[in-house]
Amino acid sequence: MEQTVKNPADGTSAYNFAYLDEQTKRMIRRALLKAVAIPGYQVPFAGREMPMPYGWGTGGVQVTAAVIGPNDTLKVIDQGADDTTNAVSIRQFFAKTAQVATTEKTAEASIIQTRHRIPEKELREDQVLVYQVPIPEPLRFLEPRETETRKMHALEEYGLMHVKLYEDIARHGHIATTYAYPVMVDDRYVMDPSPTPKFDNPKMNDMAALQLFGAGREKRIYALPPYTKVKSLDFDDHPFEVQTWEDECGMCGARDSYLDEVILDDQGNRMFVCSDTDYCAERQEAGHRGPQHHDQPLSNSKREKAAE
Amino acid sequence: MTQINEPLLRVDDLTMMYGDRIGCKDVSFELRPGEVLGIVGESGSGKSTLLRSISAQQEPTKGTVEYQTRIDGICDVYQMSEAQRRLLMRTDWAFVHQNPRDGLRMNVSAGANIGERMMAIGDRHYGNIRSNADSWLGKVEIASERLDDLPSTFSGGMQQRLQIARNLVTSPRLVFMDEPTGGLDVSVQARLLDLLRGLVHDLNLAVIIVTHDLAVARLLSHRLMVMQQGKVIEHGLTDQVLDDPQHAYTQLLVSSILQN
Repeated sequence: MEQTVKNPADGTSAYNFAYLDEQTKRMIRRALLKAVAIPGYQVPFAGREMPMPYGWGTGGVQVTAAVIGPNDTLKVIDQGADDTTNAVSIRQFFAKTAQVATTEKTAEASIIQTRHRIPEKELREDQVLVYQVPIPEPLRFLEPRETETRKMHALEEYGLMHVKLYEDIARHGHIATTYAYPVMVDDRYVMDPSPTPKFDNPKMNDMAALQLFGAGREKRIYALPPYTKVKSLDFDDHPFEVQTWEDECGMCGARDSYLDEVILDDQGNRMFVCSDTDYCAERQEAGHRGPQHHDQPLSNSKREKAAE
Repeated sequence: MTQINEPLLRVDDLTMMYGDRIGCKDVSFELRPGEVLGIVGESGSGKSTLLRSISAQQEPTKGTVEYQTRIDGICDVYQMSEAQRRLLMRTDWAFVHQNPRDGLRMNVSAGANIGERMMAIGDRHYGNIRSNADSWLGKVEIASERLDDLPSTFSGGMQQRLQIARNLVTSPRLVFMDEPTGGLDVSVQARLLDLLRGLVHDLNLAVIIVTHDLAVARLLSHRLMVMQQGKVIEHGLTDQVLDDPQHAYTQLLVSSILQN
């Protein structure tokens, strides 16, 4: 079905719905279906030029354009934040070309396009998470030949992935890979979870929402259907661990979320804040306060009350 | 169990053509466990072509290569599935390249280089992998403290020894070597040969070694095949071939090295 978005000035049609033409969306949906059918397998697709440079989420935008409908509500995050350049411009792009509702609230969104983070709030079955992926091939670090990496996937030759982890331990004493941490999907394919911090890897496992990955430059799509087993690779004597922080969020006091370090001045003062802006804002609305919040810090008793 | 007199490898009527030109022609031989076969000849005589065809890297035009696998018995290597063949190549077989850069991963440490094959067959215990890599480093006479260094910081001779350790860590039964001493100075060559001879003996390895250096062939191999223009022109025990060459070309080859 052809759907067009009217030009508000004179009522003529400006764009096809969600920018891409219907044939292109159909091609991407076919790739998506295949990706969902084979969790973790990289499906090639005929990636289009998008009106933004490679590295800015062209893969994610094409996937979103292929799955979005007029009744969807879109949320876009970049490093967890809704208000960074990349997130704002992609949100505006779909607001203009698909005239869909947009939101910054995780719970209200039906489609969430993300670069780097998975929202802290647990996602539901009626939500879709779309990742922007720069390098889809987890084996690329040690094997530059595409023909060879494809063969390694086909034959499940994944020893090389552990060579990378071995190097980490040998050099740093622990697995120092903190983002794009390789995972084994459904006991079959090793997958690069895109440059999400490894803090988010456990959330991918058994997630209720559908997870779609789009790499624009490399022209690959892969997917995790809901409730797929996702296991982070590790050694028996060096098990997988996520990052931890000694500090709490300076604004909302959260200790369970992924924290960004913010340098405050040249005197070495710094603070930590939640990278997920929506999560932080929601907690602040609910009365949680961190030590650097501009409001008066709450007394201990109030804090305990707020935590309830 | 393989019996000692059952061949480990059987090559039958192997021919490799590059269009109209001959790579190697009608080569047949058998190799038993623990036996070292040298292939000598001048450059362009088809040694490396033959080695590539035998080691499942280049399918021959004609002929068969059969290998006594540990589980399934004797199998034609070109009839196996690719998965089986690649598994064989990284477990039961080993390939030592002339240039260590072809056989090593230069951007990961020596320990990771040795550990790679172990991890490839499913070893997932860092401590075990590391201690095994360390002990192999010792076996090839490289100091333990170099375990975390990149191979690019190693000398040529050390790189070659590291390549050998990396290949032998999974206890292969058959090792292919393509000019393993090429490009090394004579004293380093001598030590490497000494080391190889010891390892071959201790581990009861079957080896096919391609070389143009008759001294290497004499030191290491039990049997010798002499090639010229893609064909095997003489085949026999090493001493026999080198001390009493029958074919005119072998006589020329033997007489062209300095005698003392």
